[in-house]
Amino acid sequence: MEIIQVNELSKKAYQIRKLTLELLCEAKSGHTGGSLSEADILSVLYFSKMNIDPAKPDWEDRDRFILSKGHACPALYATLALKGYFPLESLSTLRKLGSKLQGHPDMKRTLGIDISTGSLGQGLSAGLGMALASRLLKKQNRIYVLLGCGELQEGQVWEAAMAAAHYKAANLTAIIDYNRLQIDGSNSEVMELSPLADKWRSFGWKVIEIDGHNIEQIVNAFEEAKQTVDCPSVIIAKTVKGKGVSFIENQVGWHGRVPTKEELAKALIELDERMKTL
Amino acid sequence: MASGLTYTMLDATKLSTSEIYGAVLCELGEKHPDIVGFSADLAKSTKIGLFQKKFPDRFFNVGIAEQNMFGIAAGMAKAGLTPFVSTFAIFATMRALDQVHTDICYQNLNVKIIATHGGLSFGQAGSTHHCTEDLSIMRSMANCQVIVPADGIETANAVEAAYYTPGPIYIRINRGFDRRFYDRAEYGFKIGKAVKLTEGTDITIIACGSCVYQAVEAANILANADGIKARVLDMHTIKPIDKEAILEAVHDTRRIITVEDHNVIGGLGSAVAEVIAGSGKGCAFERLGIPDTFSIIGLHEDLMAYYKIDTNGILECARELLGRDFEADDDWEDEV
Ligand SMILES: Cc1ncc(C[n+]2csc(CCOP(=O)(O)OP(=O)(O)O)c2C)c(N)n1
Repeated sequence: MEIIQVNELSKKAYQIRKLTLELLCEAKSGHTGGSLSEADILSVLYFSKMNIDPAKPDWEDRDRFILSKGHACPALYATLALKGYFPLESLSTLRKLGSKLQGHPDMKRTLGIDISTGSLGQGLSAGLGMALASRLLKKQNRIYVLLGCGELQEGQVWEAAMAAAHYKAANLTAIIDYNRLQIDGSNSEVMELSPLADKWRSFGWKVIEIDGHNIEQIVNAFEEAKQTVDCPSVIIAKTVKGKGVSFIENQVGWHGRVPTKEELAKALIELDERMKTL
Repeated sequence: MASGLTYTMLDATKLSTSEIYGAVLCELGEKHPDIVGFSADLAKSTKIGLFQKKFPDRFFNVGIAEQNMFGIAAGMAKAGLTPFVSTFAIFATMRALDQVHTDICYQNLNVKIIATHGGLSFGQAGSTHHCTEDLSIMRSMANCQVIVPADGIETANAVEAAYYTPGPIYIRINRGFDRRFYDRAEYGFKIGKAVKLTEGTDITIIACGSCVYQAVEAANILANADGIKARVLDMHTIKPIDKEAILEAVHDTRRIITVEDHNVIGGLGSAVAEVIAGSGKGCAFERLGIPDTFSIIGLHEDLMAYYKIDTNGILECARELLGRDFEADDDWEDEV
């Protein structure tokens, strides 16, 4: 991959992070940690991998994206706005009375959202439904589902995993934002997930393990998933919750709190610094 | 309180409703080693985490797996323990409903479901986190009693009473702070018995949960500005519903408004309507609640105003209802 393109996607990820923090600060509530950890993945999907057209959000042949960890929608809203689905200014309505931008994504209200989420564990089933529909309708599009790691504790995820392998849904790619933290603590404190790759493998999935903040690895992983034709693929992306802002990184307390104005100012400076080093 | 819980009123002013729940559960846990606690990665958010801190060996955080959680709780109850299970109302009553239905209610097991973030109290989160169907759902679960406390003090009373009442009980509380309403715990809380908060003969407002405070405010304004005497009932128990209090209100005031932070279908309003219809008595009647829709987002108090379940909404409805005709029933007197 060309260095220029990698840098562009990294830069977009930083823009997503900055916007995310700004809109969370403005909204005064919402989910910071899990939004920052998924920014690089969103950047690659929306600005490189997905076949989509913001001018035609309902285009039938588009690729689909499901944010199964719906609480982390601030980063998705930022991404959709940067991509041109709606004006950047409307981001400031997040969580306000009657806003289209809810605390969890609502496909009836927000352009670019392929399905409403917020109740964890349900996205992979819906993604499988879309993948099977695409196959029946002879479409070439791909379905991407981003899951949280704590979310994998929901039984429905594994029901969907079993079914997707059974139906050989190769057009379905799951991505796990493996930041190892949830609300009440780390995965191991609350409910152990490892050996995670083995679990997916034993369910019949192609497993691709990467650093979820390495743009090149993310791009290559999606390519590898695309080349896999006989089973669904899961990308286990090792990430850092709160990635990009040192005082937010890896702090379980930042799951559901937002930056104050002072914290925002500090965070933006740090993100700008990091962006300069690209 | 009946069994002498030691928290003070001072605590109650500083603590959110769920913090009071957590504190009361800790006190109960000290006296009753059969109490065990459960949550699904929401120990901190629901405040059952206070119990976890105090009794780590008697607490189980099962991860984000509500169905599994209610199943495990059922097994523990069958073995003679008393599980208190806490998660958000929407996940307790919908995500894990089959387990709540079949593992717990069907077998009449002694599980206490203390669900937080009820109604529109998680206002900005959106429909996946609003819970305006739970009362309807849980009311139709045989064996299950359903309680919606008005504030923190009533929550303390309800949680304590739930421990001493065998069988499945669903208690719905809100996210965060409720306006404190009761200024002491000893006002005679009893499951299934409404609390008469104001006397009145012109109209009765029957409320539960966060709407109780709003109803009393409205009654005060009606008294001062309109010279109307409104009776307010805190109908904290939706099931079993206090039929006697409802029929008395029909008889005495002939005009009734119900108000709840819930879909108008199936909750408090429906329960009251069933009693009135069954009595065959005439009564002007209106249900306030969320119209049959998935609600918009906003702060809880803004949404209460938007859906007219706040003081102004109740006032508007009361004034309209006072001018409404209904068919009087001549035989009423001899049947009371
Ligand atoms: C069914 C369900 N149960 C509980 C919740 C509340 N909840 C929201 S986020 C969260 C933790 C999610 O952790 P994880 O999946 O690891 O996400 P991330 O750390 O990436 O934010 C929980 C328990 C929910 N939204 N849905």
